[in-house]
Amino acid sequence: MLLAAGVEPSWYLVLGSALFAIGATGLLVRRNPLVMFMCVELMLNAVTLTFVTFSRMLDDIGGQAVVVFVLVVAAAEVVVGLGIIVAIMRRRPDATADDLALLKG
Amino acid sequence: METFVFLVAAAICLAGALGVVLSKNPVHSALSLVGTLFGVAVLFVAQNADFLAAVQVIVYAGAIVVLFLFVIMLLGVDRAEDLSVDPLVGQRAAAVVAGVAIFALPVAAFATTGWEATGAVANLGSVTGSGVPDVEGIGRVLFTRYIFALEITSILLAIAVVGAVMLAKKGPQPADMIVDLPEQPTPTDDLGDADVAAPSEEGTA
Repeated sequence: MLLAAGVEPSWYLVLGSALFAIGATGLLVRRNPLVMFMCVELMLNAVTLTFVTFSRMLDDIGGQAVVVFVLVVAAAEVVVGLGIIVAIMRRRPDATADDLALLKG
Repeated sequence: METFVFLVAAAICLAGALGVVLSKNPVHSALSLVGTLFGVAVLFVAQNADFLAAVQVIVYAGAIVVLFLFVIMLLGVDRAEDLSVDPLVGQRAAAVVAGVAIFALPVAAFATTGWEATGAVANLGSVTGSGVPDVEGIGRVLFTRYIFALEITSILLAIAVVGAVMLAKKGPQPADMIVDLPEQPTPTDDLGDADVAAPSEEGTA
């Protein structure tokens, strides 16, 4: 029955919200800064999937153009974030996200 | 056919996402992330977004995940994290509740609106129904409707590059560099001495 029904666009949206929820949960649960970053990437991907689905549903290419911007912002964020993580971890290889509260000066 | 593709790709996506969150080893998390990104790329293809699927694989799986793996190996943090320690009592449970709520809220919204999700009629055809390829369509709107955002993006990239270089730079901090600049001749003197001293050492040896 499922196979005969065909793909509804809302299936993509449900999958996107599932990916976003998993990413958000991981961001809250994990303490390794690198894994937290990966969870942020997961959430960004969920949002891009949602954008592409809406782009198709509304027949507007603007949704796909926004995904290009999301990609650029994600790349810039990863570059700067990983730079900060490397700068911190060089001093303290065991640092977790809890220890980074020491940045508060 | 699209149903089959969707189910397989969705399973890959969810398995990869759970792998990112549940793996104890960061390297395994990064590799699971590749699976999720690839699954999302397949779903892009299924929705006629071929260009974005290619960009997704090249930029995310090819560049960003490799950057993650480089940093993991560089720092040597590929040790298992002890997930049993709960630094804040009840934080884990609260996080899971929040995650379930985040998932349930949109699903409830879709269900109550009869799975339409938008006010408009669902269009399951090509985004570019007029026969224009998606690359051409994206390029056209990027350089017309979103030209200002595109220029801002270029500034963002330049700032990110400068920031990464500043963060990765070793040695004196920027403020110290300005102070130290007049003292440049002394290092060159030391270098000269070293050059002179090196042959003499060889001679004595």
